[in-house]
This record gives sequence, C-alpha cells and structure tokens, in this order.
Amino acid sequence: MTDLLAARTQMAISLGFHIVFAEIGVAMPLMMVLAEWRWRRTGDAAYLALAKRWAKGTAILFAVGAVSGTVLSFELGLLWPEFMRFAGAIIGLPFSLEGFAFFMEAIFLGVYLYGWNRVSARAHLLAGVAVAVSGAASAMFVVTVNAWMNTPVGYQLAAGRLAAIDPIAAMQSPAAFQQVLHMMLAAYAATGIAVAGVHAWMLLRGAAPDFHRRALAIALLVGVPAAILQPLSGDISARVVAQTQPVKLASLEGQWETERGAPLRIGGWPDASREVTRFAVEIPHGLSILAYHELNAEVKGLKSVPKGDRPPVPVVHVAFQTMVGLGSAMALVALWVAITVFRRKDVATQRPLLIAIAIVAPFGFVATEAGWIVTEVGRQPWVVQGIMRTADAVTPMPVLVVPMLFFTLLYVVLGAIVVALMTSIVRETEHVA
Amino acid sequence: MMSVIASLGLPELIAGIMMLSLNAYALMGGADFGGGVWDLLARGPRRDAQRALVSASIAPIWEANHVWLIIVVVMLFTAFPDAFATLGIVLHIPLSLMLIGIVLRGAAFVFRSYGSRGSAAQSRWGLVFATASVVTPLLLGIIVGAIATGSVGDAAAQIPRHRGALDAAMPNFADVFITPWLEPFPLAIGAMALALFAYLAAVYLAYAARDAELREDFRRNALIAAGAVFVTALTGLVVAETTVPQISHRLMTSAWALPFQSATAIAAIAAIWALVTRRWSIARVAAAAQVTLILWGWAFVQYPLLIPPSLTIRGAAAPRLTLELLLWALAIGGVLLLPSLVYLFRTFSAERHASDTRS
Ligand code: HDD
Ligand code: HEM
Ligand code: HEM
Repeated sequence: MTDLLAARTQMAISLGFHIVFAEIGVAMPLMMVLAEWRWRRTGDAAYLALAKRWAKGTAILFAVGAVSGTVLSFELGLLWPEFMRFAGAIIGLPFSLEGFAFFMEAIFLGVYLYGWNRVSARAHLLAGVAVAVSGAASAMFVVTVNAWMNTPVGYQLAAGRLAAIDPIAAMQSPAAFQQVLHMMLAAYAATGIAVAGVHAWMLLRGAAPDFHRRALAIALLVGVPAAILQPLSGDISARVVAQTQPVKLASLEGQWETERGAPLRIGGWPDASREVTRFAVEIPHGLSILAYHELNAEVKGLKSVPKGDRPPVPVVHVAFQTMVGLGSAMALVALWVAITVFRRKDVATQRPLLIAIAIVAPFGFVATEAGWIVTEVGRQPWVVQGIMRTADAVTPMPVLVVPMLFFTLLYVVLGAIVVALMTSIVRETEHVA
Repeated sequence: MMSVIASLGLPELIAGIMMLSLNAYALMGGADFGGGVWDLLARGPRRDAQRALVSASIAPIWEANHVWLIIVVVMLFTAFPDAFATLGIVLHIPLSLMLIGIVLRGAAFVFRSYGSRGSAAQSRWGLVFATASVVTPLLLGIIVGAIATGSVGDAAAQIPRHRGALDAAMPNFADVFITPWLEPFPLAIGAMALALFAYLAAVYLAYAARDAELREDFRRNALIAAGAVFVTALTGLVVAETTVPQISHRLMTSAWALPFQSATAIAAIAAIWALVTRRWSIARVAAAAQVTLILWGWAFVQYPLLIPPSLTIRGAAAPRLTLELLLWALAIGGVLLLPSLVYLFRTFSAERHASDTRS
C-alpha cells in the first residue's frame, strides 16, 4: 500500500466513522427536545421516560462524535499538511465558526444531561433547543468547507499559491447550498428513520407499547419529511454537479462518451480498461433530462479528460447507485407512513408498515456513507477540484500504513462497544411503563 | 519591553488569543486529565468516594472544556497555516499517540458512566480512562517541549519542499520524525505537564469536596503533586542547561524571564501556603495563576517565534483579511460563549454539589 493510499484510507475511515455520530448529534437532540416538550405539555410520564432514555444514548454517542471529530481536525495536518498550508487561510473561517458551535453544543448538552434537577423546566428545554440548533450549525459550517473543495472560488492563483483570498466568498461556493441542504436532510432522515425502525421492531415484538408508540411518532415526525424531500434535494445536487464537476457526474453515471441525449444507467459495471459501462439498464435520454432538464442536452463523458484526471469510476458509480437505491426505498416507506397518517390510521398497529420501517432502518446511514464516497472519491485525483492534487497534499511522513491500521483498529473496537451499549439501552426499554 | 508592545499587530493579537485558549484548555481540560490521574491513584478507605468525586466533577463539563483544544487547533491552521503544516509533519507520531489518548479517555469515561453498573467491564473502563488520562498530558507536554527546543523547526527545514525531490532526498526517518521530540528536554516538560495537571485537579477537588475527610485526601494529594511539580520543573531546568543551552540562555537573558519567574514563584508559594492553612479558594486561584504564568512565561520567552528557531508569528501569518475575519468570528463567538460558560460552571459549581440529588 502506498503512503498516499494509506492516508486516503485513514481519512476515509475516520470521516466515515465520524459522520454516523455527527448525523445522530444533529437529529437526536431535536427528538429529545420534542419528547420533553410533549411531556411538559401533557404531563404524560411516558414522554419523560423517553426523553431520558434518548438522552442517555445521546450522551454516549455525542462523546464518541466529539473525540472522533477531534481526531479529524488533527488529521488535516497529520495527513494533508500541504493542503492545509495551501488552503488553511481560506477555509479556516467556517471551521472557526464551527468551533464555537461545538462549544455551545457541548455546554448545553452538559446542562441538559446533568441539569434535570438543577435548572428550571424552561431553561432545561431551552438548553435542549440550543444543542439541537448548534449541532445543525456545526454540520452546516463544515459542509461549506467541503463544498469549497468541490467548487473552489474566492481566490486568484499566483505561482501555484492562493492569492487575494476571500474567505466569505469561499463559504458561498456553488456547491455550498445544495450540499448543506442535502446533508441536513440526510441527518434527519437517517437518524429519524433508524430510531423509528428500532421502536417499530420493539412494537412488533409487543414490548411496552405505550412507550414505543410515542417514540415511533416523534422519530417519524423527524425522519419522514426529510426522507421524502431527500430525492428532490438529490436532484438539485446532481444538477449542480453536472454544471460544476462534469467529470464527477460522468463517473456517477458511468458515462464514457460525450453525447447528446445521454441515457440514465441503472446498475451496471463501468469497465475502466475498455472504457465502457456494461450490464446497465439504460433509460434513453434519462441522464440529459435529470441533469439538465432537457431531452437532448449534451453530457460530457469521461473520455473528455486524460486518464490521470479520472476518479476510480466503478467505486463512484456503485456508491451512487447504492445511495439512490436506498434513498428511493426510504422515500417510498416514508410516503407510505405519510399516507397512513393522512388517512388517520394508527401507524403503530399496521404490522406490514412496521416491518417496512424496521427494514429500512439502517438505509439512511448506509446511503450517507455511499453519498460521501460519491462526493470525495468522485473528486479524485483532486483534493481541491482543478487546483490541487491529493498526491501533492499528502504528508512526506513514510509508513503511513501503521497509523492507518492503528486508527482503524481503534474505530472497530469503539464501534463494537457502542453497538453493544446501544443494544443494552434498547433492551432495557422492554419493560418500561 | 516597550518595543515589544509597540510592535504588536493583528498577527500578535491572534496569537495572543490562541495562547489564551491554550491557557483555558490547560486550566480546565488539563484539570480533567488530572482528575483521571487521581482516579488511577485512588487509595485507602475512601477510594471509591474519591473516584466518585472525580467522576461527578468531570462529567457535566469535560466536553465543553475539551473544545478549547479544538479552538487552538482551528485558530492555528486558519491564522498560521505554515506552522500547522510543520507541526503536523514533524510531530506526526506524538500527535497521533496523543489523539489515541484523547479518544480512549473520552470514550472510556462515558462507557464507564453509562455502562451496566458495578460490572467488571466498568472497572476495566475505569482503568482505560485513568491510564489515558496519564499518557495524554505527557504527550502534550512532550509536544510543547519539542517545539520550544527548536528541533521541530530544524527537522522541518531538512524536508525538501518540492515533491519531485522528495523520494531522492528524504533525510533519515529518525532524524526528522523521532529525535525532535524523543529528547530529554521534551520528556522533562511532559513530566512537568502531567504533574501540573494532577496538581490543578487535586486543588480543585479539595475545593469541591464537601466531606471533610475527602477534602483532606485531596489536600494531601495536592501537596504531593506540588512537590512533583517542583521536582519536574527543576529537572527541566537542569536538562535544558545541559542539552538545550539556547533555551536556558533565553530563560536567563530574556527581559521577560525575571518578572515571570518571580511571579510564578510567588504564586507557587501562595498556593502551598493556602493548602497548608486550608484556604481552599485561595489555593485554587493561586494554583491556576501558577500554571498560567508558566505558560505565558514560555510564550514571552519564545516571542516573536512561533516555531523556533526561525518561523515567526508574522512569518507564518495568513493574509490580513483572514485574520480580520477570524477576529470577528472570535468576537462574536466570544459574546455567545463566555456567558454560556459562566452559566455552565455556575449550574454545576461546588456550592451546589451539597444539595445534589443525582438524576
Ligand atoms: C440519508 C442519506 C441520503 C439519501 C437518502 C440520499 N443521499 Fe445523496 N448524499 C448524501 C446522503 C443521501 C450525503 C450526505 O452523504 C452526500 C455526500 C455529500 C453531500 O452533500 O451529501 C450525498 C451526495 C450526493 C450527491 C453528490 C453531491 C456532490 O458531490 O456535490 C448527489 C448527486 C446526490 N447525493 C444525489 C442523491 C439522489 C439523486 C438521491 C435520491 C434518492 C440521494 N442523493 C439520496
Ligand atoms: C459533513 C461532515 C461532518 C458533519 C456533518 C459534522 C458534524 C458534527 C457534529 C454535529 C458534531 C457534534 C458532536 C456530535 O454530535 O457527536 C461534530 C463534532 C466534531 N466534529 Fe464533525 N462533522 C463533520 C465532519 C467533520 C470534519 C471534516 C471535521 C474536522 C476537520 C470535524 C470536526 C469535529 C470536531 C473537532 C468535533 C468535536 C466537537 C466537540 O468536542 O464537541 N467534523 N461534528
Ligand atoms: C463526514 C463526512 C465525510 C465523509 C464520509 C468523507 C469521506 C471521504 C473519503 C471516502 C475520502 C477518501 C477519498 C479518496 O481518497 O478516494 C475523503 C477524503 C478527504 N476528505 Fe472527505 N468526507 C467527509 C467530509 C469531509 C469534509 C466536510 C471535509 C472538509 C473539511 C473533508 C475533507 C477531506 C480531505 C481533505 C480528504 C483527503 C484528500 C482527498 O482524498 O481528496 N471531507 N473523505
């Protein structure tokens, strides 16, 4: 394994680990606050039990999110020092704002978790709101950094260095809006549906129905709208990618030739050596319509750039198909829930629907991982699209495979423990009132 | 001295705020690590009560305290990207080890607090938490010590800046990635950082304890730790004298050295006196002042260098617009942050521990 590959793998594993906790950190506080608010409004003790249960899980997940996020901020220097030397001054501002969002999040989470008996009812609820808002803000800020890496603006190039930099313009790069929107929806959809799936499963097993039906309702309230909106937001993303990163779009779709009226490919395997995509179901004109909303729009193919400027197409294509497939399934189940509610039926008693919710429970997190593979691997060989190559960003430190293996092992162990702890927290709810 | 003040500009202001954040991290986050040290060393009939106090004092605040470190890192790469890159390259190994310590400390702490009660697993997590609390400050001190010696800057200068030249001209691995920090002086500073954090924690815990006997336990711990601080600081001086004469030279000749050294000595004596005479809140303030003065002493003696021997604050600074925007972000963030922090600490302050009923 080359050092570059080891560094990329370590970064990918660290980010892939962190994003799960980050999504939960964005959405879970909102659900906690909704449960507590229902309790304060109705006096129904099941809601209080629910808020406390969710808070217990959130405390563990937040801590793991915080430490894995810390690793990431150092890794920018440990693995990609030349990228940071090059771009630190232009992307640092959103990171600094994010730092303050972390502060608010951590402070008010402390108040929320340990302050049930120390602060007033109102202050407690407000602390929860502050956690939910700052979690969302921190995710927004960090994604604007990534959007800049995809569509860099706000600088001039002088002798290979950035000059006349404008950090505010950089935060408003062309990809920023769609990426932030898509990421926020992803967090609420993935977490909401996953939590709903757990409680649906408990209801199917007949455990503590009063508790779990309330939990299901709140989780669906957060997850369902986001899951329905996500394909629409994904469509916006795809169109921005088509305009700003044509090579990435071509690799999402396995499009080798530049052509008018390009087809949409479902499934299939892009063969990089022969430069064709085989075994795909092709919908004529589909890609031109989706990417440009025009029957015969021209779509640039991978062959329009030299081989050295293309990402690993099969990885990107398969990841994209995975995200879209899982996202569509989630959206369908979410629509089913919406229709059921609209018809004034009780979701908690519809067994087939509960089974469907339990099945799609992990889909959002898998789709998120796939989506980030699309975004990051699809940008290769660039770390900053078109201006800095990943190979030029990596540290000169040799034998990077060693730290990569260490951190991988650490995350595997942590992940296993978190799963075990969460399972035991869920098990305890079999007998709550 | 006046010339220094006259030369202050935006880069120095940002560097000063960064130093303040590091200071806050040492006083708050450092004490949380020190708490872990006393968890590891908990002894005697009140062992469990000692651990419970450590745990209760850390639990609501450690994550907020930890963010100070993030702020330092973020400010460093925003305002001084060259310095961040240099540290990331040369100190890859100790920084990675420190990160593993940070991850294990935080994770083990919540796993212990929220795992099934009284189990063997819980005491295993306790051990991981406590061990990581010892190792992490050691590494943090080693990193600071290595920067101060100038070896980090020297090592960075050996690395060819042009990629093409890299494979051919890469210097010896150990010279660049190991010896700059695995030297006597950084190790001595590592030991001193550990002693200082343990000392802070013991003083804070003596202040926070309600139970008289528990208080005496931490008073004894604080006095022992004060002794350890003295011994490690003295070792650091002797080691500097023999292995990094440029540091001891600066320590002796810098205009800032004498005022800082005397003020530190006064704070140290005041803290010991307060501990001996059981004046808990004075002890707390004096111990915090002592740590603060040590840190700022380092900063002033090193000024205007960010990474000795040659990278200055000005030389590493980002363009002016970045610094201005960063200052705005810090100002706006600070307006939100400081009242919130005060609220957090007041909510969980020692005065209210007495009436505590844990939820
Ligand atoms: C719950 C998770 C989830 C779901 C259901 C979907 N996505 Fe997604 N997608 C993500 C989670 C995600 C993400 C959060 O992982 C990414 C990575 C970067 C980003 O901005 O969002 C992403 C990126 C991403 C990109 C690349 C953006 C870029 O590189 O700038 C495109 C084109 C799409 N998505 C399109 C879609 C479509 C058409 C979907 C239809 C169902 C879809 N996504 C569902
Ligand atoms: C799109 C990707 C990301 C999202 C949505 C995200 C979001 C979040 C959120 C919501 C938290 C709060 C902690 C939690 O809820 O567990 C968090 C923590 C953290 N994240 Fe991320 N993050 C992302 C990527 C990154 C990256 C790339 C970095 C660093 C370069 C980073 C650095 C951090 C740090 C330092 C923390 C800890 C803050 C604390 O101590 O409270 N994150 N992140
Ligand atoms: C948390 C969600 C994210 C995930 C899961 C993710 C995933 C990945 C993956 C898979 C890679 C490796 C790509 C490859 O080498 O083929 C990567 C690289 C990288 N990502 Fe992300 N990413 C995320 C968010 C971010 C954000 C918000 C930033 C910006 C701060 C960022 C910065 C980087 C950098 C600097 C690299 C290394 C250079 C490169 O490979 O282009 N990532 N990420």
